[in-house]
Amino acid sequence: MTAANLQAGNPQLIATDEERTLFTIPGGVHPPENKQQSLNSPIVAAPLPGKVILPLSQHIGAPSLPIVRVGDHVLTGQLIAEGDGYVSLPVHASVSGTIVAIEEHPLPHASGLSDLCIIIESDGKDASIPMQERPDYRNQSAKSLLDIIREAGIAGMGGAGFPAAVKLNPRAGCSIEHLIINGTECEPYITADDILMQERAQDIVAGVELLSKILGEPKDVVIGIEDNKPEAIATMRETVKNTPIQVAVFPTKYPSGGEKQLIQILTGKEVPSGELPSSIGVVVQNVATAYACYRAVRYGEPFISRITTVVGEALAEQRNVEVRLGTPLSDLLTFNRVNEKKLSRLIMGGPMMGFALHSAEVPVVKTTNCLIAPTKKEMPPSPPALACIRCGLCAEACPASLLPQQLYWYARSEDHEKLESHHLFDCIECGACSFVCPSNIPLVQYYRSAKGKIKQQEIEKEKADRSRQRFEFRQERIARAEAEKEAKRKARQQAALEAKQKLAEAKAAAEQHSEATQQANSDDAITNALAKTQTKTTDPKEQQAKLERAVQSAEGRLQKASARLVESQQHTPDKNDKFAAQVKQAEVRLTDAKKKLNDFLTSTNFSTNTSGTSSTQTQEAQNEADKDKERLRLEKAINSAMNSIEKTQARLAEADDEKREKFEKQLNAAQERLQKAETKLAEFMNQLETTAAQEKLQTLQPATVDAQPEPDTPMDAASAAIARAQAKASARASMSEEEKLKEQIDGLTKRLSKAEEKLAAAIEEGSDKQEALSLGVEKLKIKLQQAQQQLEDA
Amino acid sequence: MIELLSTHPIAAAILALGLLALAFGGILGFASIKFKVEGDPIVEQIDNLLPQTQCGQCGHPGCRPYAEGIANGEAINKCPPGGQATVDALAGLLGVDAPALDAGEAEDADIPKVAYIREDECIGCTKCIQACPMDAILGAAKQMHTVIVDECTGCDLCVEPCPVDCIEMRPIETTVKTWHWEKPNISWASESTSTPNIIATDKLTPNDAQKPSKDDRAA
Repeated sequence: MTAANLQAGNPQLIATDEERTLFTIPGGVHPPENKQQSLNSPIVAAPLPGKVILPLSQHIGAPSLPIVRVGDHVLTGQLIAEGDGYVSLPVHASVSGTIVAIEEHPLPHASGLSDLCIIIESDGKDASIPMQERPDYRNQSAKSLLDIIREAGIAGMGGAGFPAAVKLNPRAGCSIEHLIINGTECEPYITADDILMQERAQDIVAGVELLSKILGEPKDVVIGIEDNKPEAIATMRETVKNTPIQVAVFPTKYPSGGEKQLIQILTGKEVPSGELPSSIGVVVQNVATAYACYRAVRYGEPFISRITTVVGEALAEQRNVEVRLGTPLSDLLTFNRVNEKKLSRLIMGGPMMGFALHSAEVPVVKTTNCLIAPTKKEMPPSPPALACIRCGLCAEACPASLLPQQLYWYARSEDHEKLESHHLFDCIECGACSFVCPSNIPLVQYYRSAKGKIKQQEIEKEKADRSRQRFEFRQERIARAEAEKEAKRKARQQAALEAKQKLAEAKAAAEQHSEATQQANSDDAITNALAKTQTKTTDPKEQQAKLERAVQSAEGRLQKASARLVESQQHTPDKNDKFAAQVKQAEVRLTDAKKKLNDFLTSTNFSTNTSGTSSTQTQEAQNEADKDKERLRLEKAINSAMNSIEKTQARLAEADDEKREKFEKQLNAAQERLQKAETKLAEFMNQLETTAAQEKLQTLQPATVDAQPEPDTPMDAASAAIARAQAKASARASMSEEEKLKEQIDGLTKRLSKAEEKLAAAIEEGSDKQEALSLGVEKLKIKLQQAQQQLEDA
Repeated sequence: MIELLSTHPIAAAILALGLLALAFGGILGFASIKFKVEGDPIVEQIDNLLPQTQCGQCGHPGCRPYAEGIANGEAINKCPPGGQATVDALAGLLGVDAPALDAGEAEDADIPKVAYIREDECIGCTKCIQACPMDAILGAAKQMHTVIVDECTGCDLCVEPCPVDCIEMRPIETTVKTWHWEKPNISWASESTSTPNIIATDKLTPNDAQKPSKDDRAA
């Protein structure tokens, strides 16, 4: 065993090419190569299949999403499914024809399970979509080239099927120093890459240059080939002349073609456990991938066919076939004249890492590099496994320097922790340990099973954690809802209790009261009536006082606010808006207060009138005097407001243009308010006058009779006040309906014009108040019309 | 004092030991306060091993209460969703012999399942929504309900309350994504007939291996 004399773990210098220092990997085996039988003939194109089965996940990553429907007619190379996300690939129709089904179909997978596939029935024409040729692809940016490669649906063709565009676009921060092109093809039987290098070296080298360009011209670009392919080596060496690309040749040993192993051989670097080659500045691509990338970029050919080695003694023809993706394996076997009687089973991939297929009806996919149809003699069923004799050959053969025997024991006892601590996940499943095992123990199958179980457990654990969180959250939510319900229930209970108590109290009170009233009724109904009148007479006084106080305070606030506004205009123009708003508010309050007072006064007037008792006469006189005072005060307030408005106008004139608009608006509003207040005052005066006049008529005669014995002086003052009020009121009254209406119309036209302005502004801004504003304008117009009509009538 | 001690070695020894005992007692007392462990860590560990289906088949309302029950000496084989694997893991954690799973009537307890609502038959009563411990059923009153398959733990608590029996438990199918290799079933005593499906094991003995290649060369 050649591996025995090599130090495991230490990459050892094994050869120096004229250009390059080579290293070796630990372990490795030398299975019979069996490569010659498929190299006797050149690449043959397989006949067009009658139907193709295109699985939606032929690559590592998310399955593609179909964009065609059953019954659609498609052309060769047409996109039929797009990639779903970054790590995914599109699928193209590999023949022209009709989509007959999008359904579950058995896959070329070790499990023999089915998955979603698009099935196309060929129309035999192989009519292709127009291919976009790019003779000037060298001028394109790396990003657009990557997009072309992605859109062509190219997956790594070495075996795993990782999307090529993803691998060629390493994460930021990884500077790529080595681009390694894998032409090793270390597994027995497979010669697809070998024959490709022999026949299409030009395109491969162009592809390598393309990949190098995409990766930003790494300083080291090397094609690695095992020394059992002399013709391929010679062709490639010839082709790479006058390019910076090297061809490195190293001794044949399985599994030198593993990605990590090849990196170790060519650079001496080891990829750290659990990391990607890009983390040490290396990108590895298969020669076939480089070829496919070049065809996609230069000739616009999507990935719809590949070269597959079809080999095995059950076949009359053992050769490399260029076959459309999706071709059923049975077609391929028929094409190579299979002898069904001799065929023992069907193996996809090499004899070391491949898997037996469950049926020949599965399709060729993007990763199908070899199909073996052996006879029973060529590949006999494995002899029964025997007990491990602890010989240690597996440890010597392991290329990843693991301890297969330990892993085997732990896998058998399902000790997952121990397996992970022995780096089970660094196992590349090359099968070297199984190959050397004298007891025929299916070691790799144990590892694969253990890996699957560990991954499944991790997923289950994750799910259990999520379930726990969800459950806990639900419990919490339920508890919270319960607590809230409980709190509400308690509150309701409390409220009910209180209500009950109140009811009981009220009942008791009512009982007492009814008793009392019964007694009182029997005693004196007169006093009751008296009390009632008293409350009537005393109450309005209090209310009046209250309202007067309100008016006073409102006035005070208005004054303060306007003073502040003036001040702020002088010192801090920023706060102008705020103060102006305050002034407005104060004005509003003032008018409100005044209005209330007015209402109240009129009502008291009427009430006092109706009562019409002689005892209230003096009071009324006093009331009159009060009203007079009140009127004066209102006038004063209006004057002061006008003053402040004048002041603001003066300030406005001084203020700069920007704020002018705002101020003008405010001013307008203030003026309007003032007007309102004035009209209100006028109304008040009118009412006052009319009521006073009526009152006079009603009360003058009894007053003269009753008032005679009383002292004259207060009476005189009161009557003087009344006279004054009358004079004023008559002056107001002489204004007549016409003038009042005119005033109203003036106010209305003003309001209307402003409203229209606002509406226009709203329309310009496209605000949602438009409708409301237009409604308002219409209403105003109607009012105005009514007022004008009234005026005309008058 | 020293003379007295040197003349009475027994007394000296007792004194020294007594002093040491006091010192260590003090340290231990301090540590028990300073490093006091909140809660029962074993309950956490047991809870982590349970499958969190919250199905209640153990007789507890959820997995955590069962974990507390186990910590208080209850049997560890009452969790059918976890299967024998959970029983073994619990046995390993608690250092006891693993009893056989007490699956009761459910024979196929080991097969993972999810609830499936036959949506045509659903009347939208929300009873299953209230029963689901995972909030994995989506729907509203008088609207069709459906199960969020990713969140369903297969506890089958929703099956019972359904008034129209439109909920069934369906086994989760293995897909290409979830499939993994089975452990080779090899027993040494009897010559196994199982043929592992991996080709590397189909290798020939060194003598056999030479034959085909020799034939090839001859051909």
